[in-house]
Amino acid sequence: MIMNTLIWLLPLPPLLAFFLIVLFTNRSNRLSHTLAIGAALLSWAGAMYVFWGAIHVPDLAQNPIASAINWFPTGNTWFRIGVQIDPLSTVALFFVAWTILMIFIYSVGYHNYGQPKGDHDQPGLPPHGATLAGKDGHEHHVPSIEPMYARFFAFSSLFAFAMYLLVVSDNLLTLYIGWEIMGLCSYLLIGFWYAKESARNAAVKAFLTTRVGDVFMLLGLAFLYSTTGTLNYHEIFGNPALLEKLATTGSGILGLSVAGAIGLLLFLGTVGKSAQFPLHVWLPDAMEGPTPVSAMIHAATMVSAGVYLAIRIFPLVSAGWIPGTPLNTTMTVMALIGAFTALFSATIAVGQNDIKRVLAYSTISQLGYMIAALGVGAYTAAAFHLVTHAFFKALLFLGSGSVIHGMEHGVLHTGKHVDAQDMFNMGGLRKKMPLTFWTFLIGGLALSGFPLVTAGFWSKDEILAGAFNGGHLVVFITLALAALLTAFYTMRQISLTFLGKPRTPAAEHAQETGWTMTLPLVVLAFFAVTAGWAGISSSFPGLGRLVPNWFEGFVGTMLAETETAAAALHSLVPLFTSLVVALGGLALGWWVYKDLPLGAADPLQNVFKGFYTLLKKKYYLDEAYDFLFVGPSHWIADVLTAEWVDRKMIDGFLHGVAKLALTLGTTLRNFFDLPVVNGTGDALGEGVRNFGTSLKVIQTGRVQQYLIIGVLILVTVGILFYFLLTLSLI
Amino acid sequence: MEFLFSHLLTLILFLPTLFALVLLVLPPKEVKLIRWTALIASLIPLGLSLLLWFRFNPALTGFQFQEQITWYDAIHSMYHLGIDGISLTMVILTTLLTPLAILASFNIQDRVKAYMILFLLLETGMLGVFVTLDLLLFFVFWEVGLIPMYFLINQWGGANRGYASLKFILYTMAGSLGLLLAIQMIGVLAGTYDMQVLFKVWPGIQQGMLFGLPVGTVKAVAFWAFVIAFAIKVPVWPFHTWLPDAHTEAPTAGSMLLAGVLLKLGGYGFLRLVLPLFPLESKMFAGTLALLATLAIILGALGAYGQNDFKRLVAYSSINHMGFVVLAIAAAAWAAGTDNAVIAMNGAVLQMFNHGLSAAGMFFLVGVIYDRTHTRDLNAYGGLFALTPIYGGILLFTAMASLGLPGLNGFVSEFLVVRGAWPVFTLATALSMIGLFFTGAYVLKALKKVLHGPLNERWVGHLPEIKPREMAVIAPLMVLILSIGIWPSWILTVINHAVSMWF
Repeated sequence: MIMNTLIWLLPLPPLLAFFLIVLFTNRSNRLSHTLAIGAALLSWAGAMYVFWGAIHVPDLAQNPIASAINWFPTGNTWFRIGVQIDPLSTVALFFVAWTILMIFIYSVGYHNYGQPKGDHDQPGLPPHGATLAGKDGHEHHVPSIEPMYARFFAFSSLFAFAMYLLVVSDNLLTLYIGWEIMGLCSYLLIGFWYAKESARNAAVKAFLTTRVGDVFMLLGLAFLYSTTGTLNYHEIFGNPALLEKLATTGSGILGLSVAGAIGLLLFLGTVGKSAQFPLHVWLPDAMEGPTPVSAMIHAATMVSAGVYLAIRIFPLVSAGWIPGTPLNTTMTVMALIGAFTALFSATIAVGQNDIKRVLAYSTISQLGYMIAALGVGAYTAAAFHLVTHAFFKALLFLGSGSVIHGMEHGVLHTGKHVDAQDMFNMGGLRKKMPLTFWTFLIGGLALSGFPLVTAGFWSKDEILAGAFNGGHLVVFITLALAALLTAFYTMRQISLTFLGKPRTPAAEHAQETGWTMTLPLVVLAFFAVTAGWAGISSSFPGLGRLVPNWFEGFVGTMLAETETAAAALHSLVPLFTSLVVALGGLALGWWVYKDLPLGAADPLQNVFKGFYTLLKKKYYLDEAYDFLFVGPSHWIADVLTAEWVDRKMIDGFLHGVAKLALTLGTTLRNFFDLPVVNGTGDALGEGVRNFGTSLKVIQTGRVQQYLIIGVLILVTVGILFYFLLTLSLI
Repeated sequence: MEFLFSHLLTLILFLPTLFALVLLVLPPKEVKLIRWTALIASLIPLGLSLLLWFRFNPALTGFQFQEQITWYDAIHSMYHLGIDGISLTMVILTTLLTPLAILASFNIQDRVKAYMILFLLLETGMLGVFVTLDLLLFFVFWEVGLIPMYFLINQWGGANRGYASLKFILYTMAGSLGLLLAIQMIGVLAGTYDMQVLFKVWPGIQQGMLFGLPVGTVKAVAFWAFVIAFAIKVPVWPFHTWLPDAHTEAPTAGSMLLAGVLLKLGGYGFLRLVLPLFPLESKMFAGTLALLATLAIILGALGAYGQNDFKRLVAYSSINHMGFVVLAIAAAAWAAGTDNAVIAMNGAVLQMFNHGLSAAGMFFLVGVIYDRTHTRDLNAYGGLFALTPIYGGILLFTAMASLGLPGLNGFVSEFLVVRGAWPVFTLATALSMIGLFFTGAYVLKALKKVLHGPLNERWVGHLPEIKPREMAVIAPLMVLILSIGIWPSWILTVINHAVSMWF
């Protein structure tokens, strides 16, 4: 009972913090961040309590901790919403709570809390730094506090609320609510420095690109709801008879079964939210937001939500599929999109110089892994990679933010402006920022899948094994290639940033960041290593027998027996492959980039000239989308709809009718009213008047004349009567 | 007290007119007195309709608070009032938005007395349509609502007000002609204008000849006469082009009521008259209606996206949002008697209410910024968030409600509509998603150009923050928007009972 209430309460503290900050405390930075972090802490504590309780519940998948209430009436029934904790939401809750709390703490330092106000900072732009008179009489430049500090914590709290809501909800509609509120938050936070042209464009791009997926998802919800009469997870995904029926009924759409069609529609939501090809273009631009936001979007919330949905609906997508048999259409689509995205964005990452952009493309690539894993039926591997990735990607983003912060310090100190995010301006930072270096190294190695000691190795290995053992060689090779590139560009990033000698004065004067920023790095680094131990594959030589695969045993129960019966084949090929690609890629990256001097071009540029430009330009996809979609939709809206159809066609027709009526009226007036009606009338009037005029002569005003006229009339009338009478008498 | 409770509807309906007469005798120079009298005059009906809301029993079938007096005996027309859950929702919307519109008009300086009188008369006209149960009376109020709005646009409107007001009144009148003829025909044939009787009798008349034509044909003609009248009002594509002009040129408060309530008269006409009176014809032509609704959704959104005039953009958004109402009506007409119809109808009525809140809010916020900058050109703003953070936050909130963000009101109704319409008109529903996508595009376009981007230095020092009076106008709307988004059942329970009864 306490547990149930607690689950309901989990999302609320951040929401409350949001409203309190917006309505009351927005003028006080201290109160605002205290509220936000306090709320995050409360939710975190609650989440840990729930997590601890949940992992001790036997058969949690079949008997989730759940409670629901009526939300709105639909005819004679009610639509019910509620909360539910099952194994999947338990593990999601774990990484969400930790990463959000760490990101919140980190933000205090990142936004320069405690620093003076900037000399000419204004809301909507990043702080430019303040000038202080030092003790020695010299002026020196220091970072200045973010002008919209309180607002940042308000928006982030709303973001956290939405993610908690999404994780604890027991049905797809409340999931969708959290999902969309996160869309709003990402819009607000990517466009946090809204006065920057690039930031406002990136914000709109993020919202609209994900909305493409969202409208399909909404259709999927409507489809599912109208077919099954519910959107509750347990009633749909935990009901084999229903799934069976959905899988065997044709939908009439592209030859898919109902389950396949709904699955595909819902999956399109994931494609948008988790930045899968071809809707991935928004994520790299999302770097326009402050770095903690990037960490929020890339690890704790947004993109993880997309994969979370895909994992959620897996029973629906895979309904009727038996491991070992060919994939159904929807699964094939997932496998192909995931694998392609993984490789495709890994290649782009190789060509990026911005430290955050490299990470952005690596996120897309890793999300591709998870989707591909689901596509080939490696359910727990996908969920496992989601968790480990959240930790090491949050770590990497916060680490990169720390690097940028250190670089900015150097820039302010030297007064020479260089791009603080360009890795070619860095170098040698390992000595200046040791804590950042070591934690970033751990995160980088986890991302590359460095064997045994990193979490990324275990989860990635499981995915490769899943693809190989299932016999999906194309997927396996694509993912292996992507893993090679991942290790390569990660080492490129580490080498360029931390190794060698400083390439600019700014890097020379970079400084380690404060504890609010480094503490979260250390905590996340801890999980980037240890999270992997929860899921060591039982078929792993040696270790596999010693350490139980807790993750598989816990999350794997989400699926019915038949689906978890993994393929019997346990080959060592995937293990060797992952060792070779991880170590090979790392070595290659180190070898190529280890000691690059200032101003040196990227060595790759010399080798693959044209291809490198293609990578640098991200395969010109942004330009292609502008040409194919953005431009035409502007034309359709501005010119076709608003101008031609509405103004020219419809209004033209209306004006034509009006003109016709006017012409008809004028014609009637000129050719009928005026000559005939008026003519007749006028003539009549004229006649009467003329008659009157001619009578006028007798009105002289003289009584004698009137008497004479009277006598004359009398005589005339008398004579007339006389004749008439006599005539009648005869 | 007894009198109050037994004549609640009449009081709500005619108190505004009564106060309009009071205003008539006030000295025109006493601007303050006139404003406050008008505001109080509109607050009393609000209070009474809240009383109505709490005394209303959603579980009962049929109409409640009925009043019936002989009015025009020679042609069997009666003064007959009564409400069910659908009309109650609309009454609340009207009595809520009118005081807000009047409060929003406190900055009007020109001929305040006439202006306020027109608003109060307008309220009576709109309310009359929602509460009457007599077909002829329905028409009378339908027309009564038209005239004050014409003068409001024509006398207090923007630069192009002559054109806009004429287009507005001629267009609506053109629709009314057919409506009047059809109503007359029904009245003559059935011998009564009483809706409750007509709902039972009229759909049953199927056999025989009328005016030398088969009954089916005559009824189809009458059906289309009704549909066109209401379609113009909603407006359904392609009868929509009066709307951007009228809404853009009307004074701020006029736009609030035009979008907030007057459009709902059309939707209400469909729900109250077209579907119950012409179930067969509705089903026959539901496909056409769904097609037009989809076009309204898509082209309305595209049209909004194509505007560079802030107010015109918001005006076009109404076409887009009301399209969902019509889509739901079409779905309910086709699938009458099923769960889908009930869900779609729930969505339709709630969408009308929701759009009333968010559109009125949006028009008001456009007015707030127009008062300060005297321009509606989106390209003339830029980066205003930095100057007016509170206004910016409020605009963001209201715009998100208009966008249909989950957690706010618009989402609930749109979801219900999509859910109800999907199994019935799958293709139309799928296509309407294009419109939903562009809803996002135009809302973000407006926010991007007004609030975001480099600060336009021109407005520094000339853009005071939103005032307390203006906050008082928008705050109730925001509270309702949020409350429906979070807990829709307080209003959906009332709507659901009513639509379950009808469809």
